[in-house]
Amino acid sequence: MRCHLIDALPQIGGQLSEIYPQKPIYDIPGYPEINAQDLVDNLMEQAKPFHPTFTLGERVDFLDRQEDGSFIVTTSDKTSVHAKVIVIAGGLGCFEPRKPVLTNLETFEGKGIHYMVKNPETFRDKKVVIAGGGDSALDWTIFLANVAERVTLVHRNETFRGAPDSASKVFDLAQEGKIDLILSANLKEAAGGDRLEKVILEDKNHQELVLDADYLIPLFGLSPKLGPIADWGLSIDKNAIEVDTRDYSTGVERIYAIGDINTYPGKLKLILCGFHEAAIMMHSAFKYVYPDQKLSFKYTTVNGVNAF
Amino acid sequence: MELIKFTVEDQQGERQEVEAPTDMGLSLMEILKASEYPILATCGGMALCATCHVEILDGQEGLGDATDTELDQLENLPEYFPTSRLACQIRIGDQLEGAVIKLRGEDVV
Repeated sequence: MRCHLIDALPQIGGQLSEIYPQKPIYDIPGYPEINAQDLVDNLMEQAKPFHPTFTLGERVDFLDRQEDGSFIVTTSDKTSVHAKVIVIAGGLGCFEPRKPVLTNLETFEGKGIHYMVKNPETFRDKKVVIAGGGDSALDWTIFLANVAERVTLVHRNETFRGAPDSASKVFDLAQEGKIDLILSANLKEAAGGDRLEKVILEDKNHQELVLDADYLIPLFGLSPKLGPIADWGLSIDKNAIEVDTRDYSTGVERIYAIGDINTYPGKLKLILCGFHEAAIMMHSAFKYVYPDQKLSFKYTTVNGVNAF
Repeated sequence: MELIKFTVEDQQGERQEVEAPTDMGLSLMEILKASEYPILATCGGMALCATCHVEILDGQEGLGDATDTELDQLENLPEYFPTSRLACQIRIGDQLEGAVIKLRGEDVV
């Protein structure tokens, strides 16, 4: 069987690489202690002989059932993949940007309001307002200072808790007049016509400040959301997909769910349990991928990985 | 087993009294999850995701200020408050008796 992995994040590894890459994990068999990112790297190395393929930075939005029972999976960027079986190993959902509370936010999403910088050239010679105080707000302010016509960084505090080097670089750029730095202010409103034209802020004395802006980039981190998974006709209990523990199948034929995204009596959210679920699921999925073949159970120790 | 009581205000503003044991080494996040409050606690209690963000409405004196690690996370949020904390970093203990805690993390739905 061949496996194609689609992930909304731009890198492999889910929570491990996104949230705690440098944290040690102590409950992986065979590793008294291993860093989360090292575990991901090792898993990738282990998967290599099976030639998996990847679509990263795109969220799966639609599953379309075909006449033969297989699916066409379509992503947020319109990539489509034909699959005989779908395995949802989505953890807590897809990591999506946290949105600030701001009047007219939805109106200008995609029309000047962006939650991530996919292509910096979009912002060339434009007036850009960045909001946030973390590392990504600091890093993109520094980067876009040389690309945009004008970058304004808006932060609600007087100081930054991000990397000290980046923070001092931002203060230097402001001092040199290369960017505008507005501290102790909050986003209040987005305004414009068909597109974003202005960003209205409120300072600590509740005074309004109006900025001309072609783009607003709020950078307030990521948070997992179940997202489109909720629309696929699966049985969902408290944000998790109910599965049959005989093979971790969902109520929809050819769709399986493994890892933290599934739920069943006695479920434990452990990486260890995810591995177990994956192995059982694979043996069940085989019948859809190769309906004419009989599955024979083999050990890598006997046959080597190339026998599979 | 010694029990303490405190009040939790959910995202909809409804208040309920919650009882928790002080001798099991639990965090406030763990008690909130066990009480079926809709908090994500994505990172499982490592102060790395801020999804267990709470605001201490009453009883902050006993609980103290947010630590640097908590502030690093809170800073990333679109909004936080002077008495914001991460529930995963609050140990259940006598200092929580009578406190009023408002859930501020994103709703799980």
